[in-house]
Amino acid sequence: MSTRGLTPSQTVGPFFAFGLPWPGGPYAVPEGTPGAVWLRGRVLDGAGDPVSDALIETWQADPQGRYAVGGFRGFARCPTNADGRWAILTVKPGAVPGPGGTTQAPHVAMSVFARGLLNRVVTRVYFPDEVDANAADTVLISVADPVLRATLVAGAVEGAYIFDIRLQGEGETVFLAI
Amino acid sequence: MGDIAGYRRDTDGVHPPLASPGYASTRLRAPCRTPLMIPHTLTEVTGPALGERDFSALDADLTRQHGGEPLGERIIVHGRVLDSNGRPIPHTLVEVWQANAAGRYAHDLDRHPAPLDPNFTGAGRCLTDAEGRYGFVTIRPGAYPWKNHHNAWRPAHIHFSLLGRAFVQRIVTQMYFPGDPLFGQDPIFNSVRDPVARDRMVAAFDLDATEPEWALAYRFDIVLRGREATPFEDPEEDE
Ligand SMILES: [Fe+3]
Repeated sequence: MSTRGLTPSQTVGPFFAFGLPWPGGPYAVPEGTPGAVWLRGRVLDGAGDPVSDALIETWQADPQGRYAVGGFRGFARCPTNADGRWAILTVKPGAVPGPGGTTQAPHVAMSVFARGLLNRVVTRVYFPDEVDANAADTVLISVADPVLRATLVAGAVEGAYIFDIRLQGEGETVFLAI
Repeated sequence: MGDIAGYRRDTDGVHPPLASPGYASTRLRAPCRTPLMIPHTLTEVTGPALGERDFSALDADLTRQHGGEPLGERIIVHGRVLDSNGRPIPHTLVEVWQANAAGRYAHDLDRHPAPLDPNFTGAGRCLTDAEGRYGFVTIRPGAYPWKNHHNAWRPAHIHFSLLGRAFVQRIVTQMYFPGDPLFGQDPIFNSVRDPVARDRMVAAFDLDATEPEWALAYRFDIVLRGREATPFEDPEEDE
């Protein structure tokens, strides 16, 4: 099979805010959905400063672990604010099938775009209340260093999960090649 | 369930390295560590299908969003969205945003002292049709200076965002115009190291698609990652 060359990636630049975000973007589920919870955090650069011109996108399964069924959007998009903060309203996904008949722990796939990122960076958000499932998850297991592995697991506060993204340096988030 | 046919990886190194020091903003933002390679699972091979119900309007004509005509050279930008196996990607979201004809973005933080155009915002969305075709009517954006290095100017470009049909296909890129004299000094354009790949970001002037007495036309085909061929997969069965 002959293959065509890919169109290369380029940075989203600093001025996407009038093009990509839209009012419903941060809602992976509508407000009032049973079990709806905020997933929020900050994007920080290699100096620890907030990245105020980043864009977060998330993709996930529904609570039963199914993708894109029954009108469940499972996708959200949110720009960061001046403090580098973003927030999406979602529900915790169920476990989903993994390679070789395994089961993956509940997780949210995430893309980060920003000025200064010539391609998106990709990571996953895992959940702190899934200790056993996380311990058996293929992706988490493949991150041997527990300090690095912890960058993939959200924190929890009342009514929200917290997931900070450090693009570079101290505490750098584990990013994934997909 | 059986294992999933993954998508082709970027083995040709088409995409720019995140650490591209000529582009100053990469210095504190490009991750230091090599990303962790993971297998493609359901998470990676599925993706959102955004459409009419997600937006108040999908608007492919950027020259008709205000009371009057925007200033500048009216153009048609069209093309196909294909995967790397040559198959069209139907019904996928294409989003664009750009500067106006004077090189100024309708964004609060754009400080370039060029005029805003009250008749031009510069953002549009459409879905590809069943054959992967999309099209916009807009005006040709101007070049603009940025402070990356002394006397730095971005070549004229339109930002493109493609959702694709799978999480792995998601991409944001820029479309450039053929023969731009600013290519040589632009570290963003040149962050793509392979000149053949770089050329794929340059639209082709398309005389056949021009509208006489109305608008010039450019063709920009976009290629997203396609499925790995596997002995288990019937190539005709791929959606
Ligand atoms: Fe731009």
